[in-house]
Amino acid sequence: MSDIPGDLKFQKSHEWVRVEDNGQARVGISDHAQGLLGDLVYVELPKVGDKVEAGAGCAVVESVKAASDVYAPVSGEVTEVNEGLTDKPETINEDAYGDGWLFVVKLDDPEELDALLGPDDYAELIEHEE
Amino acid sequence: MTQHTILNATHRAAGAKMVDFGGWDMPLNYGSQIEEHHAVRRDAGMFDVSHMTVVDLRGARCREFLRHLLANDIGKLKKPGKALYSCMLNEHGGVIDDLITYFLDEDRFRMVVNAATRDKDLAWLEKQAAAFDVKVSERPDLAMIAVQGPKARGKVLGLIDAGDRERVEKLGKFVAAEARGPGGMPLFIARTGYTGEDGFEIIVPEQHAVALWNALAATGVHAAGLGARDTLRLEAGMNLYGQDMDEDVTPWEAGLAWTVSLDEGRDFIGRAALEKQKAGGVPRELIGVVLDDKGVLRHGQRVITQLGDGEMLSGIFSPTLGKAIGFARVPAGARGGLRVDIRGRQLPLRAVKYPFVRDGKACEGI
Repeated sequence: MSDIPGDLKFQKSHEWVRVEDNGQARVGISDHAQGLLGDLVYVELPKVGDKVEAGAGCAVVESVKAASDVYAPVSGEVTEVNEGLTDKPETINEDAYGDGWLFVVKLDDPEELDALLGPDDYAELIEHEE
Repeated sequence: MTQHTILNATHRAAGAKMVDFGGWDMPLNYGSQIEEHHAVRRDAGMFDVSHMTVVDLRGARCREFLRHLLANDIGKLKKPGKALYSCMLNEHGGVIDDLITYFLDEDRFRMVVNAATRDKDLAWLEKQAAAFDVKVSERPDLAMIAVQGPKARGKVLGLIDAGDRERVEKLGKFVAAEARGPGGMPLFIARTGYTGEDGFEIIVPEQHAVALWNALAATGVHAAGLGARDTLRLEAGMNLYGQDMDEDVTPWEAGLAWTVSLDEGRDFIGRAALEKQKAGGVPRELIGVVLDDKGVLRHGQRVITQLGDGEMLSGIFSPTLGKAIGFARVPAGARGGLRVDIRGRQLPLRAVKYPFVRDGKACEGI
């Protein structure tokens, strides 16, 4: 298990959020989630301009094993998507918290972040899962 | 209750991700399924297939029994050691299982059947064998390791006792022989496999299996899990029981016509039903399909054709080809305008001749 960066917040369904300097939120799936999924082979991302809603499905990641929905951890408008994943979905396996990000959201309501888990709580959650 | 092969602790010590497969706790992968797949295509990989069921048949009327039991003709096996792939059918022509039978000598044959179908296979064998005075014995004391890939044979040969090596090296495809392995351990080595690569499937007494596995690892053979085994066999165009055929499907509908021998005067179980279906027109067929768009084909997806709906059988993302491939069961004759429904989106499918991959490369037209 790789270390979980301290600036991330998590949803129980294994998505992470990083609030950047401009106030926008970058979203990805956790290293734990990519490990469970196995080698990723396909990613279906939202489009720039799409509205995503916290808790609702907004992307799909498919591994050699199965397809999994990605649930938006926060609500807002998508301002950027990681186009590089189309040809290299394995980037998520290699760097889930860095180059393997999925999309960036302009937050509707920053208070939604308060409902998410901090790194320690998330680490505890996945420990109990195992 | 979950069963463990003798190599279970070895897999776990190697950090394998374990899954339940037909009631067995088996390694899905040891890290990266795709890397394991490529290791088999490019070098050599090994699979623990000890969960599969080895059954020995004994009796003077073995051959007569197998002529009746199997849809393929056991008469094709003329030299000891030779193996035959066949379906075992019920009276309706449905597939009870697919299996390999080895001819050892006239009153001794060996079968390898699937793990998930073990109970019903043994029951069926016992039932049918009684009339032929053939004794059916399961061999839970035997483990099995498949070593596959372009470098597989060379690596195995290096572990064979010098006195047996030349004989094993000369084994033709689909032929088996007994030989001594590391430390003189007794091996039953068959030049067969389920990956489309050359190699051996080795049956070994359970107490020697870990030593053999470790000796293979020491020669640089990569451990590979069931995940890679599935993508390798599908690229090679091989069926998987339960996914591509079952008791409600005939060999005609499963792309297995090549394994059915309608030889003159042989009354095998299911023959009448097969002949009847053939005469009346086989309603469905199995075809190979490629998805050129991005996405992954999966078992159970709806396939839309001009002649009505079909369904995806085995479907995978092919690591060798970099796109999704699979088998589909469609109304007979459906070829053009095929589409697959993936989460509500309809994407075009291309019907192709399979295998999809041979000798590590894409086949023509894939």
